[in-house]
Amino acid sequence: MSLYYVQKFLYHLNRDPAVQVAYREDPGAALASYELTDEEVEALTVPDIGLLYVLGVNGQILMHFAAFHQVAWADYLQQMRDGVAAYGPVREGVYAMTGFEGVEGAASP
Amino acid sequence: MTLVYAGCASHAPGITGRADQADPETRDAFYAAYDGMRADIEASGAEALIVLAAEHFANFFMDNMPSFAIGMADFYDGPIEDPAWLGIDRFRAPGNRDLSQRLISEVMQTVDVSYAEEWKIDHGIAVPLHFLTPRFDLPVIPANINCQGPPLTPLHRAWAFGEALRQAVDSVPEKIALVGTGGISHWPATPDSGKINEAWDRDFLDRWQRNDRDALLDYDDLSVYSEAGQGGFEIRTFIATSAAALGAPGTVHFYAPIPIFAVGCTIASYDLEGFPAPDST
Ligand SMILES: [Fe+2]
Repeated sequence: MSLYYVQKFLYHLNRDPAVQVAYREDPGAALASYELTDEEVEALTVPDIGLLYVLGVNGQILMHFAAFHQVAWADYLQQMRDGVAAYGPVREGVYAMTGFEGVEGAASP
Repeated sequence: MTLVYAGCASHAPGITGRADQADPETRDAFYAAYDGMRADIEASGAEALIVLAAEHFANFFMDNMPSFAIGMADFYDGPIEDPAWLGIDRFRAPGNRDLSQRLISEVMQTVDVSYAEEWKIDHGIAVPLHFLTPRFDLPVIPANINCQGPPLTPLHRAWAFGEALRQAVDSVPEKIALVGTGGISHWPATPDSGKINEAWDRDFLDRWQRNDRDALLDYDDLSVYSEAGQGGFEIRTFIATSAAALGAPGTVHFYAPIPIFAVGCTIASYDLEGFPAPDST
């Protein structure tokens, strides 16, 4: 896993319009200079928001990636829940500190 | 002594971006409290506004993450987010490079702060500015604390940063307002978004109002995470503001959980008059 580079790509994408253009035109080429596993490249290409969450991407980075792909807020939250259901608990990063906490407490969609 | 205002406010992007989905009554009461903060800052005669926020990877990343940073430019562009998503149009906020440089030089006497001659404003500062200087006619000095990328800035260093900011502000002739922004408990941008630990928030705000240093620093990251979510790490901005108030008592003007905003929405300020007491050192 190379969570650092997954997040670094998203950090660049979120703040640099030139990276956004490159990624829209050819995701594979835009991702080529980052040290990523095949799973990570696929998650960033599809895009698979749920898997990116499970890989440990910080929500402060991931929510902008979802918005970039025109994913509505409620769908963004649901895709993360679906990701946990499909791939298991968050593997790395700040959310892996105590594991996935469940969604029972969430008071809004 | 030129710190003329010190307070704290929430900055969650839903506050502006998902305004139409909130309970109108609670939302409008919160907005009114934000308007009250603007009125208080205007009445203070502030000539510049320091907005002390949490880093959300708009400017800094884990290749070089400062514990503390202050902007040092004559303008700042924002928001970095999609304007429609955030509900805030693109803007250029005025800065004051010269004032920033003097403040940073003074902060550096006690805290190793990073400076940035370029700074992109994200929701952490854009949401407060939207309410506090809607016409962008007050010079802004952005500042932040690492609350997201562990290892995080220790709480006692956030306190030291607040003290250093106060010392710096009091060393310049300009009148300056300070607003710390962040969540208290919240789980922003995660599947638990909307969860808010109101009891935890109220206990924290009680410590904040009393400006009780020992109580404010009596947290550790693991318990904060389990009880208040990763958004709870942003108490650092509140704690630094407390330190800058030099023992003054605080008032919480508004607190209410607004789940669609993903945070317990808070407006609070310190009553700086008479603090520090003339005979204190
Ligand atoms: Fe934040």
